[in-house]
Amino acid sequence: MAINILLVDDEIPFLETMTRRLVKREFITASASSGDEAIRLLEKNGEIEVVVLDVKMPGMDGLETLKIIRQKFPLIEVIMLTGHATIESAIEGMKLGAFDYLMKPCDMEELLSKVREAAMKTKRHKEKIIEAQLKEITMRRI
Amino acid sequence: MNQENRMKDPYYKSLTRKMLFIVIVVSFAPLIMVSSIILNRFSISYNEKLNAHLGELVLKHRQNIDSFLLEKLNNIRYMARSFTVEELKNKEFLRNNLAALQTEYGSVFEDLGFINEKGIQVTYAGPFNLEKARYSDAEWFRKAINSDYFISDVFLGLRGIPHFIIAVRQKSNGESYILRATISFVAFNSLVENLRIGKTGFAFILNSKGEFQSKPGFEVVPGKSYSFYESIKKGRKTKDGVYFSEMVDDSGKENLYVASLIKNGDWFLIYQQDKSDAFSDLTHAKQIALFIILTGGIIIIITAFLLSKRMVAKIAMADLEKELMNQQVIETGKLASLGELAAGIAHEINNPVAIMVEEAGWVHDLLEDEQFSSKENQDEFERALAQIKNQGKRCREITQKLLSFARKTDTYIEDVGINEVINDAISFCSQRAKFANVVVKSNLEENLPIIRLSHTEIQQVLLNLMNNALDSMEKRGGNIVLTSCLEGDEVVISIADDGPGIPRANLARIFDPFFTTKPVGKGTGLGLSICYGIIKKMGGEIDVRSVVDAGTTFHIRLPCRRND
Repeated sequence: MAINILLVDDEIPFLETMTRRLVKREFITASASSGDEAIRLLEKNGEIEVVVLDVKMPGMDGLETLKIIRQKFPLIEVIMLTGHATIESAIEGMKLGAFDYLMKPCDMEELLSKVREAAMKTKRHKEKIIEAQLKEITMRRI
Repeated sequence: MNQENRMKDPYYKSLTRKMLFIVIVVSFAPLIMVSSIILNRFSISYNEKLNAHLGELVLKHRQNIDSFLLEKLNNIRYMARSFTVEELKNKEFLRNNLAALQTEYGSVFEDLGFINEKGIQVTYAGPFNLEKARYSDAEWFRKAINSDYFISDVFLGLRGIPHFIIAVRQKSNGESYILRATISFVAFNSLVENLRIGKTGFAFILNSKGEFQSKPGFEVVPGKSYSFYESIKKGRKTKDGVYFSEMVDDSGKENLYVASLIKNGDWFLIYQQDKSDAFSDLTHAKQIALFIILTGGIIIIITAFLLSKRMVAKIAMADLEKELMNQQVIETGKLASLGELAAGIAHEINNPVAIMVEEAGWVHDLLEDEQFSSKENQDEFERALAQIKNQGKRCREITQKLLSFARKTDTYIEDVGINEVINDAISFCSQRAKFANVVVKSNLEENLPIIRLSHTEIQQVLLNLMNNALDSMEKRGGNIVLTSCLEGDEVVISIADDGPGIPRANLARIFDPFFTTKPVGKGTGLGLSICYGIIKKMGGEIDVRSVVDAGTTFHIRLPCRRND
């Protein structure tokens, strides 16, 4: 089953190429060039499982976007993408609940590996929630 | 500007002068004031004591002379009253009495004579042939015949020798007669001269006409009039009748005169002393005081000079250190700015590199779907894409190092592995070493303890020392060997090169601020000074050993704590 990914980066060429490469690998990929746009997309598209989020962006930066995502969409895992200057920010992101971080330029295989792990985690979360809901319904019937 | 040149700066010269002036004024003012007051009080007191002493001596001497004259008068008066005219007219009788007086008083009495009312010396006993001598016209006779007794002034008389006489008038059968005695001038003079004080003090007697009645201590010029009498009488007079005055004599000497009237006011006993002699003790005391003040003054001046020079040198040194600190702050600021710039550039480069790598990846993805006519072309495409990917990774490593440096421009104290810092420094300098044809080797002891210090600062020190070594070997190439080892509780880092070495004359100054042997514009002369400051701040030591044409080795010793 294809994984739903949202790519967030202010570098449009990077966003476009990465999207094309992920699509070619049969990932369902959406992209946003800012934090605000990412939040709007997440609100519209409930299928997204993993967000690959650049840390340094104009306007709302990666950390702020992460905080909102964790708040509004706790089941979605976020992978931080960073240049080295913001490695501390990426670590800060991990403390705020990001799944992992990657350094630019990143290796595609490494990215895919992390995305799959994150998607797996999201899936497990969702399954646990469904399981809990089923238990709750069963308990009510009894 | 080094410390020596700095002291030549007009500001420090002026500061030295001001400090010298203040110290001298503050030290001299009380010294001079106290000395002046003490000396003044001492002079007044000494003057009073000296005058009192001299006055007392003159009074005693006056009593002695008056007693002498009275005693001799009483002797003659006794003879005149005790013996009959016949006895006194008897030459043998007079001679016997003269002998008796001379036995009693020595040569004070020179002769005795009996003179009748007409002034004829009827009887004479003495060494001169003066019997029947006629004195009716003599002044002394006229005075003596009209009073009970008479003591004359000194005169030459018929004998032509200075003398004076004591005459007593008696009456017998209605006729007056005079018994007279001649007093030896020599004997009287020796009595007067008996008062001698110091080197120049002597006494003499003047009569009311200003004529000398004894031999004074100076050469008397015949025919010259001496105005002592009038001048002294004008001087200060005490209630005891002692006169004090000061006069300058013909030779320009200032003399002190103390005088008193004797012989019922007929004579003036005068004591004269050179003022410098009289006040010699005071002068001596003043000289000692002056010597002490001068010696003290010289010591004060020398101390003030040294003190001000030393204090200003310390101020100059503090100013220099302050300047150096400012320089360090500026240097650190520059490094921090450089770090920020590097971080910005690295980030900006990373993004396009990331895009390039992704684009290469996308091309690679597309190539997998394409059918190439030639296998050779496909291999070439794949090789080129792999190359882009590899160079992208290389760019990432470069920016990683750049960012790593940038992040460490602060002086944050942290646990640092010295070998890691050395390897970083070698890595940073490797490109420059390659171009300078210098081989950099390392010999690092494993498992060195972790040290708590600023990573940036120790890195700055190592880079500075390595850059200096590379500068010195730029033309001819060579070797640099970095070693690390543990000696006791210290980690020792050595940076040794086989460059041209440092001349002995420069070796002692290389850590001085602003000392540089590099051409103008190439070096600030601050590098090693900053290194020295950093190592000292870390509680460590840095030293250098160098042999010209053999090489230079810097040793850095850093105290460490075992990482338990």
